[in-house]
Amino acid sequence: MTILKALFNLFSVLLIIGFCQQPAIAKEVIKIALAGPLTGSYAQFGAQLEKGARLAVKHLNQKGGIMGKQVELIPGDDACDPKQARAVANNLVNQNVVAVIGHFCSSSTIPASEVYAEEQILQITPASTNPKVTERNINTLLRTCGRDDQQGAAAAEYIARKLKAKRVAIIHDKTTYGQGLADEARKSLRSLGIQEALYEGISIGDKDYSALVSKIKKADVELIYFGGLHAEAALIVRQTRDQGVKALFMSGDGIVDKAFADVAGTASEGVLMTFQADPRKTPAAQEVVNEFKQKEQYDPEGYTLVSYATVQVLAETYNKINSTNSIKAAQYMKSHVFDTVIGVIRFDAKGDLSTSPYVIYRWHNGTYAEITN
Amino acid sequence: MYFLQQCINGLTLGSIYALIAIGYTMVYGILGMINFAHGEIYMIGAYLGIIVIGLAGVFGITSTPVALMLAISLAVAITSAYGWTMEKIAYHPLRNAPRLAPLISAIGMSIFFQNFVQIGQGAKDLALPPLIQGGFAIGDPAGFQIRFSHVQLLLIVVTVVVMAGLTLFIKGTKIGMAMRATEQDRGMAALLGINPDRTISQTFIIGSGLAALAGVLVSLHYGLVNFSIGFLAGIKAFTAAVLGGIGSIPGAMLGGLLLGMIEALASAYFTTEYKDVFAFGILAAVLIFKPNGLLGHNYVEKV
Repeated sequence: MTILKALFNLFSVLLIIGFCQQPAIAKEVIKIALAGPLTGSYAQFGAQLEKGARLAVKHLNQKGGIMGKQVELIPGDDACDPKQARAVANNLVNQNVVAVIGHFCSSSTIPASEVYAEEQILQITPASTNPKVTERNINTLLRTCGRDDQQGAAAAEYIARKLKAKRVAIIHDKTTYGQGLADEARKSLRSLGIQEALYEGISIGDKDYSALVSKIKKADVELIYFGGLHAEAALIVRQTRDQGVKALFMSGDGIVDKAFADVAGTASEGVLMTFQADPRKTPAAQEVVNEFKQKEQYDPEGYTLVSYATVQVLAETYNKINSTNSIKAAQYMKSHVFDTVIGVIRFDAKGDLSTSPYVIYRWHNGTYAEITN
Repeated sequence: MYFLQQCINGLTLGSIYALIAIGYTMVYGILGMINFAHGEIYMIGAYLGIIVIGLAGVFGITSTPVALMLAISLAVAITSAYGWTMEKIAYHPLRNAPRLAPLISAIGMSIFFQNFVQIGQGAKDLALPPLIQGGFAIGDPAGFQIRFSHVQLLLIVVTVVVMAGLTLFIKGTKIGMAMRATEQDRGMAALLGINPDRTISQTFIIGSGLAALAGVLVSLHYGLVNFSIGFLAGIKAFTAAVLGGIGSIPGAMLGGLLLGMIEALASAYFTTEYKDVFAFGILAAVLIFKPNGLLGHNYVEKV
């Protein structure tokens, strides 16, 4: 009995110490959250965002941080699941973050943004391209990527003007992002006089798309446009080639990760994609790109550098206005020009980039490059 | 031609469902519980398949049939061990507990396995480049040509052979007879000298082995595995088992093939978006008219 009592006392003491410890050691840091799919099928994209932001924060802290305070990056994992995104958002709010970089999937960004807006926490998404993200009058929400109405238009333009394709199948994954992008592409294609031959939605997580592929084969199309992410895109393109369909395959920024080619294999050859002009090619990015390649053996592809740039925009704003007030910061961002690793960034009044960043890429030998002509 | 192609697609998909469904139905037949962790067992099988094929490459085994045989046998053996252990840890202690307890324990195992694999193998998708390429092309190259890939053929043939083998095994061998006896009345079977614990273990081993086989074939066919594939596959296979009549092995085979065909044809002639609606709609209709499923038996409860 006495032993138990002693143990109990010891435990209570430890508990008290545990409670006291936190405020005693906690230094004054500025917490910035990074939210995205860190696990799940789209973890590659979460890794892109996290790697970019982490290195940016490291460089920022070496240069003195924000308003003389060190910056701490708090990761939040939404697994691209809207319900989990809301829970993560609440959790991040409780940890007193001043700003959130993220989320990745538009279907996560939109529900989470309601939580941040209520708490007036600044949110900048480096990757959510659905138009609705910035169309809801949330004045503390911005993005450092393009919009799907721009992306869909860029794709449709290329299909109609360059490829001169007449028969197009449009497939989407029924998510906010995927269906949104597919619908924008469809709208633009129709305005260019191309009526789609097939328009279908698939279920995320399925592995077998052979029935759909046979349908595409029967429709005898020249091009398949897919709104969705790399896991499904890779399976569809692989099964398309298995069934001997030679139609071109085109998708958006949802496949901008080499994991796409890992799964699709040789079927990835010649796949077309819209994404912003390769951030790795800008002169300002060279130092960061080299550090990634040499120190981390990581190719900062896709949204990695966009995420890095987002941290730069945040830090510059906070340092200039000398406050972490979200409304003031958002106002400052919308009225100034930022020089970042992905080039010069300017926001419009809604919080979108002021110019459409999209160019066309082609996959070749397991990697992708801008089409130059 | 188009219809034939869709039938091939449906049969391939259905074979996978059927292989997994057998595990559900066998466990339900004997224990009267739904093993919700069965989908995860399939997922572990799929992972092991890719890992063994990868390792075979490292050890310089370049011949595809050898690597494949190695992958199948190792994956089936190790996954069966997982199934056996799972039963011993999660279900055996609850043998005489209320029926809800092992069900909860099964959900717990399912969550455990998912996280176990996620921590061990990472949250990323694991990809396998196509091992077996090519196939048959039937028909006019200018018109609609049927494609029947070698992997699809392999999948269907393996499923048919395994099912025939399993049927003979259940019908003809001592172990099979013990299983049928335990299924009908566990207490009576024990009185007649059958060790029910051993029979139950054997059931789990066979069910897990078949799920692993499905897993390896799936990773071969689709080339993509992640820790969460077990959930959807499990739900579909469970549906197949219920459609065919849960507890009945031929029912699970029929249910699996039927579900695959329904999905493919619904996708072919209506819209891909609603293929699951068709599948579950037909399930509901079958259950209304035949509550025990297509081939389920209807035991008379003695009062």
